[in-house]
Amino acid sequence: MWKWLHPYANPEVSYHFTGKLIPWFSAISVILLVFGLGLALAFSPADYQQGESVRIFYLHVPAAMLSMGIYLGMAIAALTALVWQMKLAEASIAALAPIGATFTAIALLTGAAWGKPMWGTWWIWDARLTSELILLFLYLGVIALQNAFEDKSLAGKAASVLAIVGVVNLPIIHYSVEWWNTLHQGATVSKFEKPSMSTDMFIPFIVCFFGFSFLVARIFGERFRAEIIARNSMRPWVKTLVLEQEKTNGV
Amino acid sequence: MQTSYSSAFVNILKRDLTIALRHRDDIINPLLFFIIVVSLFPLGIGPVSNTLMKIAPGVIWVAALLATLLSLERLFKNDHSDGSLEQLLLSPCPTFILVLAKIFAHWLITGLPLIIIAPLLGVLLNLHQDSYTALMLTLLLGTPVLSLLGAIGVALTVGLKKGGVLLSLLVLPLYIPVLIFATSAIDAASMNLPYNGQLAIIAAIFFGSLTLAPFAVGSALKVSTN
Repeated sequence: MWKWLHPYANPEVSYHFTGKLIPWFSAISVILLVFGLGLALAFSPADYQQGESVRIFYLHVPAAMLSMGIYLGMAIAALTALVWQMKLAEASIAALAPIGATFTAIALLTGAAWGKPMWGTWWIWDARLTSELILLFLYLGVIALQNAFEDKSLAGKAASVLAIVGVVNLPIIHYSVEWWNTLHQGATVSKFEKPSMSTDMFIPFIVCFFGFSFLVARIFGERFRAEIIARNSMRPWVKTLVLEQEKTNGV
Repeated sequence: MQTSYSSAFVNILKRDLTIALRHRDDIINPLLFFIIVVSLFPLGIGPVSNTLMKIAPGVIWVAALLATLLSLERLFKNDHSDGSLEQLLLSPCPTFILVLAKIFAHWLITGLPLIIIAPLLGVLLNLHQDSYTALMLTLLLGTPVLSLLGAIGVALTVGLKKGGVLLSLLVLPLYIPVLIFATSAIDAASMNLPYNGQLAIIAAIFFGSLTLAPFAVGSALKVSTN
């Protein structure tokens, strides 16, 4: 496996490889999102209790799940960066943190928009909302720490330490916040048993979820490439790349 | 020359305490801040004693968090600027021991005075009379956690020119669990309910951070000193 993986530790190979993947990710995410959101917004049944407002679920839950998934991915990248000293893992933390923060913000905002008609309030200090808010703070901390260092590689290492500390703390924060009794409905999807919702709601949800996942992968690819270029701007291959681009643009 | 771990620990502890005792302002200022912040709340909210009794645990704990935050920078800043931090990291003794000694010294200088003065502030805020033991116990178990987790934040930002605000952004979210369990223990005590569950959890957080945080501090210091 290492033999198969090690060419991708080279920034140049990785840069071109991600470049090839991006169009595929775009295509898949567009197809899935058009299909999934179409199903979700037009054809899935309204909830017997929550009515039409349940449709925000198809945006809210994927965003919330991805916001946590991205943090986990960031922490794994951080561990890779610290243990195996992989420069590309540092680049991927820098690429992932703002995406994760955005998805956390989307989850919070859609949650507020959903909470207003359902609970009659935009915000409530409920366990899940609070831990999502703290997740946003953790993301913002990683981003701020990253921006504070002038040296990109130091920034990457510092952010790695913080991401790992954060991921150790996240379950503790989550369970401590859970102590306040909770208004939020229990988990519907991420239980290991059969999901407790009807199939004609579950199918659009799962399609939307994968659609958003590929969207994340696509944005990540773009940002990852930009980070690689920024970190390797002194390398000859970047210079030839820029020269080629200028030639094709006729500068 | 090979020194034993315990003598290295004691030496660093002595050194940090001596430095701190020669700059008494550094000990007194966070304490004054603690007292002033707490006394602002009755002025802002109004002197109704029932309201004060309700918010007292939260106010005392939040003020303790902020006071600790204020004093955190001293933990590594001077050592970093005069170069002794790098010498410490170069020593053959494991960083874990050295960092632990520095954090312990920091707690003795800031955490302990906070604990001593907290009951007085409890009186000012009309804290429920059954809550004092709980307040002391949560502070005794909780303030070391604040020093331990805060040390990670300082270690990450010590090399930066504008680390101060960033430090609070990094550290405060990590303090949330301690805050929640501590205030809920004090509240439970005021209703004459058992609060040993909350105390046990704070103790668990304390031992968890005691064993893990010095590693994070060590690797963060290695990043900061490059």
